[in-house]
Amino acid sequence: MGLLSRKVTCNSHGQDSSYFLGWQEYEKNPYDEVKNPKGIIQMGLAENQLCFDLLESWLAKNPDAVSFKREEQSIFKELALFQDYHGLPAFKKALVDFMAEIRGNKVSFDTDHLVLTAGATSANETLMFCLAEKGDAILLPTPYYPGFDRDLKWRTGAEIVPIQCSSSNGFQITESALEAAYQEAQRKNLRVKGVLVTNPSNPLGTTMSRNELDLLVNFVTDKEIHLISDEIYSGTVFSSPAFVSIMEVLKDRKLENTQVWERVHVVYSLSKDLGLPGFRVGAIYSNDPIVVAAATKMSSFGLVSSQTQYLLSAMLSDKKFTKEYISKNHKRLQKRQNKLVSGLEKAGISCLESNAGLFCWVDMRHLLSSNTFEAEMELWKRIVYDVKLNISPGSSCHCTEPGWFRVCFANMSEDTLKLAMQRLKSFVSSITIDNQTHQDLKNMRKKNRTKWVFRLSFQSFHDREQGER
Amino acid sequence: MLSSKASCNSHGQDSSYFLGWQLYENNPFHEVENPTGIIQMGLAENQLSFDLVESWLRKNPDVMELKKGGESVFRELAFFQDYHGLPTFKNELVEYMAKIRGNKVKFDPNNLVLAAGATSANETLIFCLADPGEAILLPTPYYPGFDRDLKWRTGVEIVPVHCWSSNGFRITMFALEEAYERAQKLNLKVKGVLITNPSNPLGTTMTKEELDHLITFAVAKNIHVISDEVFSGTVFDSPGFISILEAAMDRNLENTDVWSRIHIVYSLSKDLGLPGFRVGMIYSNNKTVVGASTKMSSFGLVSSQTQYLLTNVLASKRFTSKYMKENQKRLKKRKEMLVSGLKKSGIECLKSNAGLFCWVDMRHLLSSNTLEAETKLWNQMVCDVGLNISPGSSFHCSEPGWFRVCFANMSRGTLQVAMRRIKDFVERSNFMGRIKMNYQQNMSSLSRKLLSNWVRKLSSPDPNEHER
Repeated sequence: MGLLSRKVTCNSHGQDSSYFLGWQEYEKNPYDEVKNPKGIIQMGLAENQLCFDLLESWLAKNPDAVSFKREEQSIFKELALFQDYHGLPAFKKALVDFMAEIRGNKVSFDTDHLVLTAGATSANETLMFCLAEKGDAILLPTPYYPGFDRDLKWRTGAEIVPIQCSSSNGFQITESALEAAYQEAQRKNLRVKGVLVTNPSNPLGTTMSRNELDLLVNFVTDKEIHLISDEIYSGTVFSSPAFVSIMEVLKDRKLENTQVWERVHVVYSLSKDLGLPGFRVGAIYSNDPIVVAAATKMSSFGLVSSQTQYLLSAMLSDKKFTKEYISKNHKRLQKRQNKLVSGLEKAGISCLESNAGLFCWVDMRHLLSSNTFEAEMELWKRIVYDVKLNISPGSSCHCTEPGWFRVCFANMSEDTLKLAMQRLKSFVSSITIDNQTHQDLKNMRKKNRTKWVFRLSFQSFHDREQGER
Repeated sequence: MLSSKASCNSHGQDSSYFLGWQLYENNPFHEVENPTGIIQMGLAENQLSFDLVESWLRKNPDVMELKKGGESVFRELAFFQDYHGLPTFKNELVEYMAKIRGNKVKFDPNNLVLAAGATSANETLIFCLADPGEAILLPTPYYPGFDRDLKWRTGVEIVPVHCWSSNGFRITMFALEEAYERAQKLNLKVKGVLITNPSNPLGTTMTKEELDHLITFAVAKNIHVISDEVFSGTVFDSPGFISILEAAMDRNLENTDVWSRIHIVYSLSKDLGLPGFRVGMIYSNNKTVVGASTKMSSFGLVSSQTQYLLTNVLASKRFTSKYMKENQKRLKKRKEMLVSGLKKSGIECLKSNAGLFCWVDMRHLLSSNTLEAETKLWNQMVCDVGLNISPGSSFHCSEPGWFRVCFANMSRGTLQVAMRRIKDFVERSNFMGRIKMNYQQNMSSLSRKLLSNWVRKLSSPDPNEHER
């Protein structure tokens, strides 16, 4: 039509991906313990619903924070008018302290380098606008969060070139993978502006090793490019090894006064550890004053509501609360992750060993009819439509190996998780039986030439490889 | 190593509009603590009716405490990040918007897209309607922030539609055509016209005639019309407010092509005086635009905590009726105070019936009919008279000598002080027997230094961002 922009008519918002389609299916038939016990259980949503009681109890004890009051005085007018893109100073102070606390106080952050944005979605896009444009590329290790296709590319015009990681080494980033990605970008005539990593990783649920971080620092130093570390899950690290922030690595290597220092940027948000995605609180942290200045102006397009800044400044300034919260949150996440892992184990399914995040990276390769993405899609559809679990297929995360799935554990009750595991177990058993049956029938067919129609109308079985584990 | 967006200056924040704020920040007026400081008259905020909102909040503590019927709704709000927005909030918003328009237009909540302020809404709309290198026509004078909001990250150009004092800065068919041709000569494909109605900085509502011109023009050129109606709730006098949609409906255009090319932007920052809460929205009858801008709103969603609060405020029909009436009364009274105060100093304003500011004619105080003279006068107003008002050039006005002066962001007492200062200033100039002054001679050394600094352009720390 030409009347609307190309951004509207193309589909690089990425929302036709299966990641989002699964949600749509869930929306049509959502599980409810009472009202819809046969519905689809949402396991594709990386939300932390385990610690609301702690937040609610804090709110009940601190009504001033929600009632626009400070020491009994109304500050409604002051907040209603506050639209300074430098952010509420008290909130930024509380936020940098919280970020330091999460990192065991091994690093400290300066409020002057922090830019508030409406969620990490806004932070990541804004950072992209500051660092890259059409013709430029950012390297991202696979598998990665599907939303990046929209957040980093859509309106900025930048490209993503994947750094292929493989299960052979637990999907860790290697030097050769970095180099290969860089070469790939050059082949495509794209100028590489930086690397973006999510640490802890989504969807892997693992913290980056010191070795990987060192590799990254060396790589971006050598190529003179930027490094964005999306540390949105940094508050969800529930077991060892401990979280090592990119800032800590730079500090340890005494790189504060070198050029690379200003090319490292961190993204954070309160959506994952505090479980407050609805409040839209994100942040960019950068040692480059030009980036800070530009990002600050750009944050005009997505400021955090002053009402929310005030509430959270009060909450995060309560050090007793934050200490208790961080500790309890870790415990509950660990417990819940254990439940998922053992539940899957009972179904003969293993996960990548993980110590963070709100999900596990699950290995279902042995359930594939063939080592292909088509088979992965088939399996995924069965799990969504038949088993009624919305989990996220690895292909939607740009994983290069079929058969991996991201399964969330922190956005439902323990009972719901239990039910999900039961359904999965039944499903796996039925596949085993069916597969055995199919094998028998195959033998029979050779004799009888009888056609055997599988119970699902839209599924057809391929001949199975003899590779079941 | 950074993008060109980060290193260029098309964020527009080196304009005098923002410099004035910086000077104000360095020396802000305070009735008690700094009575000789600079009075902020460059901030289009509505501070006249907070007491009404606060009184409502005091009577409804549940809402602030995130409770509904005694039960906590914190949990469901905390993880509500659906970019379709809180349904109840959108329902209330469309009703409120209709009410502002005397219920002559009805809005469908499914066509409403929430955004973090009108700043976000405008940028998002441009991302949807135009590609880099294409152009949007804007009548002058226009809000300086548009240079950032519409152009910076979108890569889209603005081509001004020149309006003149000779006819009260009304948009004419001739001006529209002229701007279109200019764009063509510059090899820019025009995708639409963006108007602010009521106008910032004029403070006037558009006439039926102007709206008809715009629609006719948009039909003829097959382009979009964006009507930024951010100030629609601040119309305090006749003639009443006519929304672009009302004008289109009066011409029975609902089932024609142009209907899906008309888009409205709104926000609660001006009439309700809540710029800190970041509540803006796009309204469009174009399903594709609604679809795309909804996805784009991911980059600037409204806090669910705030959506919940305002759903309840707007749901109280008694409150909104009372608020609208009282707010209009207060705005009118305060505007009249400004207008009569200026009149006493021999200064006229463009006749206005809306907005939080007046468009003030100081042409007769210029030493010459030039931009330089306007800048000198402005400098004097800020540094010597101590009033941060906004020079017309920062609004891309084609004629020197006009200034936007805000009246709703201060107390009556402060406005009185401001009026006295202007009167003294004008009398001083008259006393010296000269209508046109030699500003160079009268400027303080500070002013001189600041003028040359400004001419060299700002390179140091940015001024605080404020709304229109």
